Amino acid sequence: MTKSPEEEHPRKAFGWAARDSSGILSPFNFSRRENGDDDVTIKILYCGVCHSDLHCAKNEWGFTNYPVVPGHEIVGIVTKTGKNVTKFKEGDQVGVGVLVGSCRKCECCQQDLENYCPRCIFTYSATYHDGTKTYGGYSNMVVVDQHFVLQFPDNLPPDSGAPLLCAGITVYSPMKYYGMTEPGKHLGVAGLGGLGHIAVKFGKAFGLKVTVISSSPSKKNEAIDRLGADAFLLSSDPAQIKAALGTMDFIIDTVSAVHPLAPLLALLKLNGKLITVGLPNKPLELPIFPLAMGRRLVGGSNFGGLKETQEMLDFCANHNITSDIELIRMEDINTAYERLAKSDVRYRFVIDVENSLSQ
Amino acid sequence: MVNSDGKQITKKAFGWAARDSSGVLSPLHFSRRETGEKDVTFKVLYCGICHTDLHMVKNEWGMSLYPLIPGHEMVGEVIEIGNKVQKLKVGDKVGVGYMVGSCNSCDTCVNDLENYCAKMIPTCSAKYHDGTTTCGGFSDIMVADEHFVVKIPNNLPLDATSPLLCAGITVYSPLKHFGLDKPGMHIGIVGLGGLGHLAVKFAKAMGTKVTVISTSPTKKDEAIEHLGADSFLVSRDQDQMHAAMSTMDGIIDTVSAVHSLLPLIGLLKSQGKLILVGAPDKPLELPVFPLLLGRKIVGGTCIGGMKETQEMIDFAAKHNITSQIEVIPIDYVNTAMERLVKGDVRYRFVVDIGNTLMSSP
Repeated sequence: MTKSPEEEHPRKAFGWAARDSSGILSPFNFSRRENGDDDVTIKILYCGVCHSDLHCAKNEWGFTNYPVVPGHEIVGIVTKTGKNVTKFKEGDQVGVGVLVGSCRKCECCQQDLENYCPRCIFTYSATYHDGTKTYGGYSNMVVVDQHFVLQFPDNLPPDSGAPLLCAGITVYSPMKYYGMTEPGKHLGVAGLGGLGHIAVKFGKAFGLKVTVISSSPSKKNEAIDRLGADAFLLSSDPAQIKAALGTMDFIIDTVSAVHPLAPLLALLKLNGKLITVGLPNKPLELPIFPLAMGRRLVGGSNFGGLKETQEMLDFCANHNITSDIELIRMEDINTAYERLAKSDVRYRFVIDVENSLSQ
Repeated sequence: MVNSDGKQITKKAFGWAARDSSGVLSPLHFSRRETGEKDVTFKVLYCGICHTDLHMVKNEWGMSLYPLIPGHEMVGEVIEIGNKVQKLKVGDKVGVGYMVGSCNSCDTCVNDLENYCAKMIPTCSAKYHDGTTTCGGFSDIMVADEHFVVKIPNNLPLDATSPLLCAGITVYSPLKHFGLDKPGMHIGIVGLGGLGHLAVKFAKAMGTKVTVISTSPTKKDEAIEHLGADSFLVSRDQDQMHAAMSTMDGIIDTVSAVHSLLPLIGLLKSQGKLILVGAPDKPLELPVFPLLLGRKIVGGTCIGGMKETQEMIDFAAKHNITSQIEVIPIDYVNTAMERLVKGDVRYRFVVDIGNTLMSSP
């Protein structure tokens, strides 16, 4: 007989979970495994709220395993380490992102690309090696294999640094992979939300010229005055699009709604690259002419491997890059989800787990 | 060049042209420019028929200038050169492809990517620098700027080489540019026609393992026995496609009809590349999830630059790569166009211009 979430493991844990596709979260008693030889136990301080949490809580992708405790932008303090753990000790500030496991043997894993491992294990709503369900960071503690734990730099604030664990690596990885780090090149960032605002910050830190492309004219001042973008392009204004044709080396497309690719492709120079990191729930229309006539490409990227995530955190520490956040209490999470669905946040909610999550 | 009366000096030429969007071709007397100081004039011996010729004679892209002499896969023998021509001499075997001009000064041209120059001049039905309309290879002679003429090594048979000037470079360029030319890689070729069969030959010569993906099971023997492909997938066979998932480093998609990209993206390994060289006239559906989950890309290319075209010809000469062709006389050309619409050719028609294009007395 299957054990209940509370009895499944020996150590009591507490969090907030969604029980069905309404996506409404409420207090949830469950349990975590014993700290194994390779494991690290983490008392959670903060957890960022990613749009994926919302998609999953509402079963919008069709594979949610209820009850689900979301949260994969976790920052906390080490409280216990297994005997094989060398990288961490009690008291260390650490982070956990989108993955808590992978096969560790395939070509992708061997190349530090655990995120592309066909058997990678997500931090929540997935099945761990021991057959039990994974529960995420909207909880008081988590037990993670040391390979999937990151050193969280001391000079990065744990609250505004938490979103880097998913949003940060999601834009950092393609920017490195597709060569968007050459100073002087021109980067377009489509969409100014949780992903987009960090892409602007990374772009400026890499020495790129950055243009924000958005359908909301109200974001112009934000983009330029607060985030330091060089220019702002209103995607619904054909004259502005026309003036910028063939000017961009790359575009990071963070938009998750279905949207036309044709105007974005036209903004690219010869050999330009449009990299999508948003997840529209329907296919997009791809016109072939602009692809062929400019040798342009459309690519995708999915968060990043562990080594690269650590590199990204260290880069952020060096350049003082954090997310712009709105700190919330655990009990405000359902309101936060409603606001997130309308993109009413600048630019990431972060749950103050330590101070607001109580049984 | 003008004579003392201020009239342009030209030379007489003869070819077959479409007069209107019916696309029907018939004889036409016309003129070409006199051989300029950088020009090469050659007697056209063979000219391949590309699907683009069909689109152009029927004005399917809305930009045809009539009368329209098609043909941009032409080969022949040099009969005259301008006094500043350095690379070629009379008697050389040469070819001209899809372009006869570009701006020569932009970044793109300077980087040997004339094919992507905003002012690239196509070989047919376009305005040349001197304001005249360009005329293609269904004609007895051709005059072209040396820069846009490639030399054909002696060991290549001219008739079977002519399709390389467009079809050949169209598939060679993406294999090289996207790094799909490394021995041991697994490359998929979608569509086995004029482009596809050459893609198989080039990819095999580069040392890759090649799988042909086609809707027609009847093409399997051709693909494997004749063209040397290593395996064959029927794209409508879900079991076959499923078994081949995540096995390919790259795919060259030559299909010009609208078709589904999802199963092709599924065939790619992580970080694989799907490159489209066919020209569907409507947008395709791009499923984003599978692109993200494997960090895969979808790209497109258009022919190749002149330096690369010469490199492709030399590679073909070294590896004995030519097109599989059906040689036809010029007066069969309208029937050939009708058969081309139905894909009824293995795999390229080539007009025997040298022996069959005669102007009436």
